[in-house]
Amino acid sequence: MFALLETPLLPSEALATFETRLNGAGGVVSFVGYVRPEAHGSDVTGLSLQAYSPLTETGIERAITEAETRWPLKAVSVLHRIGDMAPGDPIVFVATASAHRRPSFEAADFLMDYLKTDAVFWKKELTEKGARWIEPRAEDYQDRSRWDAQTGEPRKAPTHVRNQ
Amino acid sequence: MAELLYFGRLTDVTGTGGEEVSLPSDVNDTSALRQWLEIERGWHGTLTDPSVRIAINDEIVPDPSEIANGDRIAFLPPVGGG
Repeated sequence: MFALLETPLLPSEALATFETRLNGAGGVVSFVGYVRPEAHGSDVTGLSLQAYSPLTETGIERAITEAETRWPLKAVSVLHRIGDMAPGDPIVFVATASAHRRPSFEAADFLMDYLKTDAVFWKKELTEKGARWIEPRAEDYQDRSRWDAQTGEPRKAPTHVRNQ
Repeated sequence: MAELLYFGRLTDVTGTGGEEVSLPSDVNDTSALRQWLEIERGWHGTLTDPSVRIAINDEIVPDPSEIANGDRIAFLPPVGGG
């Protein structure tokens, strides 16, 4: 499930809705991102998020399909705000469900890395000192690249940690 | 006429989110369009910056890709949400 919201995102309601369609999952991971109240030593007064339909939607749907291909997920939910927000407002909600915990943790992490660096959004931060556009940091691209060479299969333990 | 769309920080330079332009006959691919707008408007390399990608009719394409009047051509600076 995926939606872009122009109205406030309510994480507890989103999680309650998600819990009604777990399809027998034994583990759920949920992540919520909020507008930070401070950036570069200035108080943030607002954040504005712009999307480009239908690129934004098709890109996120593709990322969800990729997550479902890589991990055995029972359910996925991605809700993302667009428009104007205030400090402390939720921006993004990602939830994943699977039989056991690991696929849920990894798929939620993968989806958040996609959303931070590849999802078609533009973010403008308003502070007391003026407005600035925020682009992904080097760390965000680095986080995203962790998934490039992975298949989603559990990794074998390195030989040096094997029991003798 | 082609529809040009500008997103994110580009609008600070273009002053608009979109406009209609009539493409000259020799501006028939994305690279030529970047150059033409750069010369016509003097946007200080904003659109020739390789980090700015182009989507034609809602598909992101590499440079140079063919364009024509009637296309919707979007200029996309680096993206990111979350």
